Amino acid sequence: MKSAVIVFPGSNRERDMLYALEQIGGQKPLTVWHQETTLPDVDLIVLPGGFSYGDYLRTGAIAGLSPIMKAVKEQADKGVRVLGVCNGFQILTETGILPGALLRNAHLKFVCKEVELEVATNKSVFTSAYNANQVIRCPVAHHDGNYFADEDTLNRLEAEDRIAFRYTQATNPNGSIRNIAGIMNEQKNVLGMMPHPENLIEAAQGGTDGRGIFESALETIA
Amino acid sequence: MKARIKITLKTGVLDPQGKAISHALDQLGFDGIGDVRQGKYIEVDLTETDPAKARAALEDMCERVLANTVIENYAIELDGA
Repeated sequence: MKSAVIVFPGSNRERDMLYALEQIGGQKPLTVWHQETTLPDVDLIVLPGGFSYGDYLRTGAIAGLSPIMKAVKEQADKGVRVLGVCNGFQILTETGILPGALLRNAHLKFVCKEVELEVATNKSVFTSAYNANQVIRCPVAHHDGNYFADEDTLNRLEAEDRIAFRYTQATNPNGSIRNIAGIMNEQKNVLGMMPHPENLIEAAQGGTDGRGIFESALETIA
Repeated sequence: MKARIKITLKTGVLDPQGKAISHALDQLGFDGIGDVRQGKYIEVDLTETDPAKARAALEDMCERVLANTVIENYAIELDGA
């Protein structure tokens, strides 16, 4: 699987992501600086976690205007897979590639812990390696992960089976509406999620529940 | 020309920071505090002298970056307009 990780000033999870992609995908991913205007031919583009531009104005807002994001949007429209994790999810909503927005956590605290996620659909290129309704463990680390969208958008996401992951009711760490942890675009080739699957891919990290996302993407490309 | 832009959360969007401020005011003993909503205030200096053109440009700025219209409303005030 050929993949590329986009790096913005203030990204800080790109190394974890590069490691996970290489371990599971078998190929060294490319690193692409946000000032680039074109993307190499890849199967998967990843927007990693961090605090791009110090979260100035709104999380992901300035990064969303980076030159590279035009190319990311074009590739996404063509059907290339795009995964945005944490700050990457915030950037995807800010650019309108995914609907909704990520607000300050309801309890106002930065949250760094492990949560439980329910695989809300396994009918997607990002979740096919899981069983439907399987509950997996996954770490979260964010201050602005409180997913919000209007009722119409939420109903549409549900009707179109575009919610990839939900926090279990007991572990919703941020007040996200309808416990939403990750959603997909209409064509289901773009996934944005707040939790960090790249941090739970081998025993040394305490578990391997995060591998499924990368394995799904890998399997469905092969 | 100077523009003053107020950005506020739309009705129905949860504002946990506003809630925390409301509690703090309560604790200080201020009576009768209802809902508190926190927003942003941005000043922009413009070289444009035509108010209509300035307003059009500012609206474009708000739509494209200054506000996230999924969750926020904006109001533009122009000095000397």
